[in-house]
Amino acid sequence: MSEDGHDTSYVKVWMVLVGLLIVSIVGPMFEIQAVTLVTAFGVAVVKAFLVAKYFMHLTVQPRFVVYIVCGCLAMMVVFWAGVAPDVYKWEGVNWKKEHVIQEPAGDSHSDLLGDPADRHDRPRT
Amino acid sequence: MRPIANTRSAAGIPTGRLAVWWVVGSEIVIFGGLLVAYIMYRLSHPEWAGHAANTNVVAGGLNTLILLSSSLSAVLAHQAAERGDGPRAARLLGLTILGALGFLTVKSIEWTMEIQHGFTITANSFWSFYYTAAGIHGLHVIAGAIIMAIVARDAREGRELHRVELIGIYWHFVDLVWIFLFPLLYIAK
Amino acid sequence: MIAGADDQIERDSMSEAVAATAHDDHHEVGFWGKYIFSTDHKMIAKQYLFTGMAMALIGGFFAYCFRMQLAFPGMEVPAYGVVSASEYNSLVTNHGTIMIFWVAMPVLIAAFGNFLIPLMIGADDMVFPKINRLSFQIFLLSAIVLLGSFFVEGGAFGGAWTSYPPLSAKAEFSLTPLGSTLWLVAVALEFVAFLLGGINFITTAMNARAPGMRPFDVPAVVWMIVIASVIFMLSVGPLIAGAIMLLFDQVLGTGFYDPGKGGDPILWQHMFWFFGHPEVYVVLLPALGITAEIIAVFSRKSLFGFRLIIYSSIGIGVLSFVVWAHHQFIAGIDPRMANIFTITTLLISVPVAEMIFLYIGTLYGGSIKLTTPMLWALAFIAEFLIGGVTGIFLGDSAADIYFHDSYFVLAHFHYTFFPIAIIAVFAGVTFWFPKMFGRMMNETLGKIHFWGTVIPFNCIFLPLFVLGLGGQHRRIYNYQHFPDLAGAEFQDLRIFATMAMLVMLAFQAVFLFNFFASLRKGKAAGRNPWRSNTLEWTTESPPPHGNFGGDFPEVYRGPYEYSVPGREDDYWPQNIPG
Repeated sequence: MSEDGHDTSYVKVWMVLVGLLIVSIVGPMFEIQAVTLVTAFGVAVVKAFLVAKYFMHLTVQPRFVVYIVCGCLAMMVVFWAGVAPDVYKWEGVNWKKEHVIQEPAGDSHSDLLGDPADRHDRPRT
Repeated sequence: MRPIANTRSAAGIPTGRLAVWWVVGSEIVIFGGLLVAYIMYRLSHPEWAGHAANTNVVAGGLNTLILLSSSLSAVLAHQAAERGDGPRAARLLGLTILGALGFLTVKSIEWTMEIQHGFTITANSFWSFYYTAAGIHGLHVIAGAIIMAIVARDAREGRELHRVELIGIYWHFVDLVWIFLFPLLYIAK
Repeated sequence: MIAGADDQIERDSMSEAVAATAHDDHHEVGFWGKYIFSTDHKMIAKQYLFTGMAMALIGGFFAYCFRMQLAFPGMEVPAYGVVSASEYNSLVTNHGTIMIFWVAMPVLIAAFGNFLIPLMIGADDMVFPKINRLSFQIFLLSAIVLLGSFFVEGGAFGGAWTSYPPLSAKAEFSLTPLGSTLWLVAVALEFVAFLLGGINFITTAMNARAPGMRPFDVPAVVWMIVIASVIFMLSVGPLIAGAIMLLFDQVLGTGFYDPGKGGDPILWQHMFWFFGHPEVYVVLLPALGITAEIIAVFSRKSLFGFRLIIYSSIGIGVLSFVVWAHHQFIAGIDPRMANIFTITTLLISVPVAEMIFLYIGTLYGGSIKLTTPMLWALAFIAEFLIGGVTGIFLGDSAADIYFHDSYFVLAHFHYTFFPIAIIAVFAGVTFWFPKMFGRMMNETLGKIHFWGTVIPFNCIFLPLFVLGLGGQHRRIYNYQHFPDLAGAEFQDLRIFATMAMLVMLAFQAVFLFNFFASLRKGKAAGRNPWRSNTLEWTTESPPPHGNFGGDFPEVYRGPYEYSVPGREDDYWPQNIPG
């Protein structure tokens, strides 16, 4: 909604966003997987919601605009659901995809690049 | 000459804004397809965490900050435009363009360093995704900055003020994409 | 902000009449302004129509070349020469690409959408005329890029219209280093053109409706073009991303689809068919919309179950997103997913069948007039039914393992696409020709052309079902190399199909003659030659710039009020009060 005369409210939202940004950078530094997931991706969802609600004014558009956006997101969930069983499954009852582990590129590892010795199956996780 | 059709509003929302929301919808599925593919590959390649450790979190975080701030100036420009204050809207849009330029500058320094260290687009699939996703996003930043310059030029003379809101919605969307790209590419290890 | 929008709306409707008079003033434009760089939706529609027709002739010529090769292997094809194996692949690939992306899409969605949407909803133009023009220009560029790929080193892309990697990703496999890249660029440009056009259509139909026009006063064809545009917009995103990734695989040597580099070629198949299957419904829905209009007009009856038809179209739209993997049953996808996709595929035949029932219900008890457009519309229903029914076998993953990539599949999808892209287009062109050009087409020539197209069409593709069941695989250059398939009983069917195709192509000359002769000498049409209700028939033929001469219609009723008891006329235009 038009927050006429409320410059500060936009600035406040911005301050919250910057605070969340700091959380999302600091959180993963603990290197605990659960904390990383929450701080990186949970916070990203919160940030996205704040931007959509306060900056894009999504919630005060006619209701169908929300449906358009949610419909597009739902399509991506459908796409993911249909593709995931094939693309990120690497082994099944009687099959297994041969798989290449890629060593990190870069100066320190450049000796490994192109070395056939680095081709082996992905270890079970 | 604007057709009458453009001035009608049977759905209860100005035509320009309606169209921008559809554009945002179509962009969601484009970036969505790319990111869904990336996430699936990422989950099936645990070793990519090692590659992601080579990204520059400081540069990525700085760019997030720049984009968030430019979103703030874009929404303030919209507010000014709603009050009919064209020159102020144009100044704030100018600030947003500055943000876009800052983003691109940081990005190009970052990429130059990475390429110099051998992390090119063909180094491995993580870096392929890194450059593809950030590259497509960067093209949107460039396009947004150009359109914003045109809108700001008109707004300074008080013309087409409703466009300030439209480019703002697009710009926030570009910001939103980066909000997701940042954790996906930089900090998930 | 909402309050501000309402003010703006009110102000706009008040100034509409004033602006309308101003709109008619700026008329004097030269040849270039009028025909090439026009922003008028009717001119852009004609540009799309003529480009699509030209591409259809090119695609038809390709079909002629490879069908001749199949019937008479190694023979010099008149007007082409000997078809080599790699040329055969290029011709087949580009026949498919052209017919779907450069004929069905531009004619059904872009040409009819551009022409009909503003006229049928009582507006003077699309809401963004310049974006509309840009959309056509990008489309034209894409067509030029695609045709240009035939003249580069290595020739045009020959890896099938689905462009699966690794065949499409590496020049060492495709042998067309530049051709495959140009193919990809052309398709991507075409998507951009239709995204721009599609958003324009959706926005126009949502926002620019005439005063008094409620959602169910909008004619079925506009509804369906809009639903199709939404389906297109939602489905094409992953493929655009995937096309960029494939482009990088081709040009830069990345490994998105290369298992050796940690990629997965199945991902492309998913991305392609996540778009590719909804695409079938993107072109089917406008075709169904065109036939709905025609059947209602020539039955002189209200469209039976109009609302149900719209709900079914929306149902088709939703379901069309969850059926795509039935194209990949033998690609090694997860068998549990194959079960799910079998179920959804069989489900989607329900709303389609329902719509065909509703169309037949419209015919029942009507006073049917068998004009040329009506013949085409009826043929569409009959022929599409065969395509739909054979699809049920293919949607079943167990049967599909045997049918996959055989001529049974090929005949099936030609029985869906030919009615959509050719029969429905002829229905639409013959029906709206009077409105587009202000003259009537010749009925006798039209009927000769109709029978000369529909009978040979069945003679081409019915034998191909038989060949497919006999085990004939698709995309084979010369069946004489396969002892099981080289027998005379098979070869005779191939020759029969090719002969039927020659007859069908020859009869298209009748249409072209009829089209251009009627353009010059046809009987003047008047405003409403078919005595139809929808708004486009209330203005002059052809409509002037601005469509309604500044006097915009108001809408009082739905589009299908035919043979209303107690009225003198058997039709009741939407803009007549009372």
